[in-house]
Amino acid sequence: MAGPGLALAVRQTIELARRSVLAERRQLLNVLPGLVFPLLLAAVYSRQFSRALAMPGFPEVDSFLDFILPACIVQAVSFGATAAGTELALDIENGFFDRLIASPVARFPILLGRLAGASLVAAIKAAILVAIFLAFGAEVKGGPAAVLVIMAVAALLVLAIGGVGQVLAIRTGSQEAVAATFPLVFVGIFMSSAFFPTALMSGWFRVVAENNPITWVIDPTRRLVIAGWSTGDAIQAMAVPAAVTLVTVSLAILALHRKLGRP
Amino acid sequence: MTAVVASRRVAGGPGGLGHGAAVVVALTRRGMARMVARPSLVIPTLVMPLFFIVSFTGAFSSLTRLEGYGASNVYDWMAPYAALQGSVFAGIGGAASAADDIENGFFDRLLLSPGSRLPILLGTAAYSGLRSFIPTTAVLLVSWMGGLSLRGGPLGLVCLYAATVGMAIVFCLLGLTFAYRMRTVRSMMLVQVVGFSSMFMSTGQVPLHFMEGWLRVVAGVNPLTNVLQFARQGFLGPLAWSTTWPGIVALVAMVAVTGMAAGRSLGKMAP
Repeated sequence: MAGPGLALAVRQTIELARRSVLAERRQLLNVLPGLVFPLLLAAVYSRQFSRALAMPGFPEVDSFLDFILPACIVQAVSFGATAAGTELALDIENGFFDRLIASPVARFPILLGRLAGASLVAAIKAAILVAIFLAFGAEVKGGPAAVLVIMAVAALLVLAIGGVGQVLAIRTGSQEAVAATFPLVFVGIFMSSAFFPTALMSGWFRVVAENNPITWVIDPTRRLVIAGWSTGDAIQAMAVPAAVTLVTVSLAILALHRKLGRP
Repeated sequence: MTAVVASRRVAGGPGGLGHGAAVVVALTRRGMARMVARPSLVIPTLVMPLFFIVSFTGAFSSLTRLEGYGASNVYDWMAPYAALQGSVFAGIGGAASAADDIENGFFDRLLLSPGSRLPILLGTAAYSGLRSFIPTTAVLLVSWMGGLSLRGGPLGLVCLYAATVGMAIVFCLLGLTFAYRMRTVRSMMLVQVVGFSSMFMSTGQVPLHFMEGWLRVVAGVNPLTNVLQFARQGFLGPLAWSTTWPGIVALVAMVAVTGMAAGRSLGKMAP
């Protein structure tokens, strides 16, 4: 009984993921800022911070473009990360969610389908960004394996952030409330090692940046780009968003159970 | 509504200078009253520049160790930049309130009222300029806690406020150009992209001689570089005419161009 049930849930998850990917493809204008802004930032920063590369405390790197690559990917995927939550909120607002609940669809695919779709888009975005960076002279010293890790990190980050969005969507049923989480992610990225090494920061800002989970993701990912392949760095880069995903998706499932448990 | 009532109170009838001034004042007061009634409208104008000053000074504080950076305290360099970013948001916010009026129908009533349409434009721009005092003052307060110094004396502050008011007016007029044509608040997204990109491609974070390649060329011809130099001079040293006039010229030129564009868009709007 569990076998066919699981297979059906997987099929439903894939179908809902496909719906999510199609929605993103139809709204390319919503996807573009997520690619354009990080690229603009990379283009500007690589041309204005090159003198900083010689500063004591700056990691040994060929160009600022190599240094900023992981930050741009994190920034780009964070733009779309809240989409999984806002889509769910939209479905709640327009009644599609109620129809899904009334239909013989398992509960988990309702959440996981959207997250899977958003994380697939994030992995594709990461691949596109890496290709653009490579075209402009960046080098991923860790090779193709490091690129695959970068794509996995992007996908996991979307699951982690999207999980938070889904909790909010289920609790509030409002797209606006979910969208309001984006600035928090934006602040989180800026208060991390995304654009400058923490070794060159000082005071309370350095403490915040060093203890920011985004730094824990960016630093090992960056080492894969600028230093070369390291299994330890690859595991660390993926473990942090994976652990956060476990927590946020569990919370989303719990929130869904509570919502459906209400009379 | 306030604007319409106020305009009718003025002697001299519609089309006169007194009538126009009354509409400008009424629209400015209406904008400020709206902000008091809905404080959430101020949050982006206030939060974004504060976020910029905290994150830029925190992340890039070590740049001051580089020879030729131009400031020994990073707040002296970044505060005017964050204040100008805030004033750009203040200007766009002012235009967004007009776009909101277009969406909810209030603007149609304004267009149907007698008299010139110019005061409608000027009122929104004046409100945006006034609104820019909020982020500029907030950034200054935070920066003073970080050790901001006013080497150029009180006139340095005047330069900063003049630059931020000017920038708010420029981006309000640019926003109105889009709002009058597209008739939706969503058009402000485009203006935000323009504002954000043009600020980034200036001497906001590092001096011009730190830049390389295309960025140096773009930042060199970007009028916002002149405005930044004008706004920043009082925090880096004594004021000089050579760093003042290019900023004033850039502001006047941008106000003229965006003002004409907004005026044309407004003129084409059917009541």
